[in-house]
Amino acid sequence: MDKSLQSEGKSFNVQQMIESNKKKTSIGEKIERIIPTLLFLCAAVSVVTTVGILFTFLRESIGFFSDVSIIDFYTGSQWSPWSGEFGVAPLIGGTLLITLIATIVAVPLGLMSAIFLSEYASDKARRVIKPVLEVLAGIPTVVYGYFALTFVTPMFQFFLPDLGIFNALSGGFVVGIMILPMVASLSEDAMNSVPNALREAAYGLGSTKLEVVVKVVLPAAFSGIVASIVLAISRAIGETMIVTIAAGATPNLTLNPTESIQTMTAFIVQAATGDTSFGSTIYYSLYAVGMTLFVFTLVMNLIAQYISRKFREEY
Amino acid sequence: MSEVMVKKKNNTVNKASKREENSFGLQKEKANHIIEVNDLNLWYGSDQALYEVNMDVPEKQVTAIIGPSGCGKSTFLKTLNRMVEMVPVVKTSGSIKYRDQEIFNRKYKQEYLRTKVGMVFQKPNPFPKSVYDNVAYGPRIHGIKKKEILDQIVEKSLKGAAIWDELKDRLHENAYGLSGGQQQRVCIARALAVEPDVILMDEPTSALDPISTAKVEELVQELKEKYSIIIVTHNMQQAARISDKTAFFLNGELIEFADTDHLFQNPQDKRTEDYITGRFG
Repeated sequence: MDKSLQSEGKSFNVQQMIESNKKKTSIGEKIERIIPTLLFLCAAVSVVTTVGILFTFLRESIGFFSDVSIIDFYTGSQWSPWSGEFGVAPLIGGTLLITLIATIVAVPLGLMSAIFLSEYASDKARRVIKPVLEVLAGIPTVVYGYFALTFVTPMFQFFLPDLGIFNALSGGFVVGIMILPMVASLSEDAMNSVPNALREAAYGLGSTKLEVVVKVVLPAAFSGIVASIVLAISRAIGETMIVTIAAGATPNLTLNPTESIQTMTAFIVQAATGDTSFGSTIYYSLYAVGMTLFVFTLVMNLIAQYISRKFREEY
Repeated sequence: MSEVMVKKKNNTVNKASKREENSFGLQKEKANHIIEVNDLNLWYGSDQALYEVNMDVPEKQVTAIIGPSGCGKSTFLKTLNRMVEMVPVVKTSGSIKYRDQEIFNRKYKQEYLRTKVGMVFQKPNPFPKSVYDNVAYGPRIHGIKKKEILDQIVEKSLKGAAIWDELKDRLHENAYGLSGGQQQRVCIARALAVEPDVILMDEPTSALDPISTAKVEELVQELKEKYSIIIVTHNMQQAARISDKTAFFLNGELIEFADTDHLFQNPQDKRTEDYITGRFG
């Protein structure tokens, strides 16, 4: 560098160069000023969308609730919109049943995988397993739906011969598989960010590996783990394709996972893709159900945020 | 005795006589060795970090380990409770005996060793739990569950770490809210709670302010009544102030190990002299 400069025989004055470049920067300054506005507009898109959706939900739901009383809607236990019965409980029940099964599948499996990856796996194993796990998250849900219907249900039927073709069990199970990577990956991140100094402190007192995991790492990563679970649950609540394909279309207020059920999302698919005439009560009921679903996922997200703020890692 | 004479003539003494010389220097006190290190070599992968270390650690005294950064002093310390093996590529050879038992023996349980040989780390690392739960952690994992007993252990340990008076009304506050110096003394209390035999301290004051440092140093003096302490320090004045014996490490080798006064006033090795007089490091 030095040599080439000398050979060119030029002498430099950095301050002078900065000075002369400054004159050119008036455009740069303008850009500098516009950028925050531009970025704000980009950020505003999502806010405006949310507000728009909320507004539509409210307007159309109000239309619906002028036909069907809001009390009947939330307290009725029959959902047969084509014969005029709009008690949403069976749909909520269906959604909750699916979510429950999915949670029972995803939380233990996801947590164990996370513990394995973060605390036990060698670097090599982690480098292979984690991406594979994350591929699970990239599979389109319609594929999961078919997987549930054509593979998981027949497999379960082998053990439960009475199991119908459409049932909550395989739908919920596969939704659980779908949200598993989320639990595993986010929990693993939370455990990984627990400082090594804490593990060392625990080992230094004669802890075994399991004691370090259970008594030090898990408590320290608790908020991250809970947030991951709540987020995963809120995905399960909103999951549509899998349950539409595999869990059936029978609004059914039941706790029996072998029966066919219908979730809120599956009803919306059914009504939105069927020959529902615009302006009919069923058409408006889409919005009331959609609104209810939205409130569910919103509450879950708020809980997740609250937990991760309240129990923010203190290390 | 004669070894001393030999040593004065010749800087490169063989290890056996060096060890005898060490114990000779301690004859006035009881020269019990709680840890005996023989021909210890250690590699991180293919990089050798310790070369043929021989060192006998006296009981109920403070042994300081000094040396420039990267000389292997922390590695050596962590080898004594086998924490160094948390790095997967570590290999060792040689022998370390704790109370005449070989700790590298396959049947020797690391967990057991670490209840006997406790450790205090460079940066205070309390658990994100209450002061009480921090101190009670060790006893609890080793099966002590009774509240009255734990209460007593916590009080005794915090008193032992000279922090009971400051914290007795804050036992159930999160240890993260304490100052760095208080956190470090809680960590010391946590180590004391399992009543170890030996306490390893890895630069325990390097993250602390001078007042906290003074408190920890004072504490070390009190602790040596009951515990054997091995302390790694960057700070030669600290070593001179608080230790009975000092070991000087350089590039993975133990260069000199002698009574602290002796080592600082009359270093036998040129490299020790250069280091303590500030010519390098």
